[in-house]
Amino acid sequence: MISVKNLSKSFGSFVAVNDLSFDVNPGDIVGFLGPNGAGKSTTMKMLTGFLTPTSGYVRIDGRRVNKHTTRLQKQIGYLPEGAPAYEEMTVYQFLHFIADVRGMAKKEKMAGLTQVIEQLELYDVLDQSIETLSKGFKRRVGLAQAIIHNPQILILDEPTDGLDPNQKQHVRNLITSLSKDKLVIISTHILEEVSAVCNRAMIIADGVKKFDGTPLQLQQQSRYYQAVTLKLSYAADITGLLEIEGVDDMHVDKKTGEVTLFPATGQFILGPVTEYIHHYKLPVDRLHVDQGRLEDVFMQITS
Amino acid sequence: MKTTFFIARREFAAFFATPIAYVFIAIFLILSGIFTFFVGDFYERGQADLLPFFNYHPWLYLFLVPAIAMRSWSEERRSGTIELLMTLPITATQAIAGKFIAAWAVLLLALLLTFPVWVTLNYLGQPDNGIILAAYTGSWLMSGAFLAISMCMSALTKNQVIAFILAILVCFLFVVSGSGIVLNAFEKWAAPGVLDTVASFSFLTHFEAMAAGVLALNDILFFLLVTAVWLYAGLTVIEQKKAV
Repeated sequence: MISVKNLSKSFGSFVAVNDLSFDVNPGDIVGFLGPNGAGKSTTMKMLTGFLTPTSGYVRIDGRRVNKHTTRLQKQIGYLPEGAPAYEEMTVYQFLHFIADVRGMAKKEKMAGLTQVIEQLELYDVLDQSIETLSKGFKRRVGLAQAIIHNPQILILDEPTDGLDPNQKQHVRNLITSLSKDKLVIISTHILEEVSAVCNRAMIIADGVKKFDGTPLQLQQQSRYYQAVTLKLSYAADITGLLEIEGVDDMHVDKKTGEVTLFPATGQFILGPVTEYIHHYKLPVDRLHVDQGRLEDVFMQITS
Repeated sequence: MKTTFFIARREFAAFFATPIAYVFIAIFLILSGIFTFFVGDFYERGQADLLPFFNYHPWLYLFLVPAIAMRSWSEERRSGTIELLMTLPITATQAIAGKFIAAWAVLLLALLLTFPVWVTLNYLGQPDNGIILAAYTGSWLMSGAFLAISMCMSALTKNQVIAFILAILVCFLFVVSGSGIVLNAFEKWAAPGVLDTVASFSFLTHFEAMAAGVLALNDILFFLLVTAVWLYAGLTVIEQKKAV
């Protein structure tokens, strides 16, 4: 279990992280969200013992990270931002080195190597030096070194950055499959990733925690959560839609002709709306229900 | 201990994965040859010793050791691998020791590869090989002091060129502090005690006897101490300033 209390970090007069407190328990897959420069990476660097907090502390299983650094680092797998690696080494040499430094015994090391090479599909590039790899492969090598020792705590700074959509999906599935009984913290810019992978979302802006809850709760903050959008095939009288019980507001997009109905907080309006359409025989071509627009929520919370 | 070894092995391999070690060794061999045979009048002296060879080592190390050490931490900072390294379960001491051992081993290799000079000498005359071995040991010890200084400078910046220049500057101060250039500046105003202290920091003074094959305890201790102090300074720099 990770416990962060009143954590702050400043560089000179710049405050990167400001009085951050939260707990993370095994089984949690936390998505760290926030604009660039919000303090996500700095927080992760303090969680992994790379940076020392200016004030406050990080405890892992009750031990302070900056006192029992080496001991706690053994339990952590960490992918730093940008997936840095020793470029002149081959993939195989690099993973070998990481396993050695992590103190893995020979049998354990071979098992770990075989597993990560398979999980991240690194067979074809094993003997290539890392500097010749594509961005996607570099990221996968970075992930491989983070999970090679089967750590209880996984901290990944932008794990899917630079991957193509297929690889992104692959890595997300991998994280989900790895996360059983573990404690995972990932940072990302991609909001969908949080709903796809995480069971907890945390938004940080200007070094301060702005939101902490489930991805669903985050979606529910959106005005578009459970909003119903219709497309009419020709102009019809739609003023009545606003009268439906539970509908709070209506918006007509002049360009596309789409009509969006916003529900009052906590209301589900799909039923009444379809009933109304049937009753008045409105010429509806398409109809869909929004799951909430995370971009909107994100902007709302962080700006 | 094992961890230090793994780091040293990686660093050592890295020197040879890039051309750095080859270039360094080649230049070291060429320059030491030139100094010995052309500048040092190896033949004309008509003596069966390697004094002309060893006498130029401080000046060779002055430029070559910073070149081999400038990468050690600067590159880690520039590429961000320092974050990877320092979040592995190792201490900064182990990292520094590993890096130092690897680079010192390259220096040893370069020194050993000067064996043709020794072969030549043995072919031409009957030198005292004990003296030569002592001088080699002294030279390697001194290179460690140069290396510790240069690695500390490399820890200061992510720019290798700056690390290189800073290292040369500090090494130069240590080399010349016993020579007239520096001592004259102090002579006018400083107390004799100060003057002696400054002079006693000189690599040249301490290496003088070593080049002649005399391994005095105080000279050995001096170089070991300088190495230890600068390694410790490097450690402090890394621990205080891990992020860029």
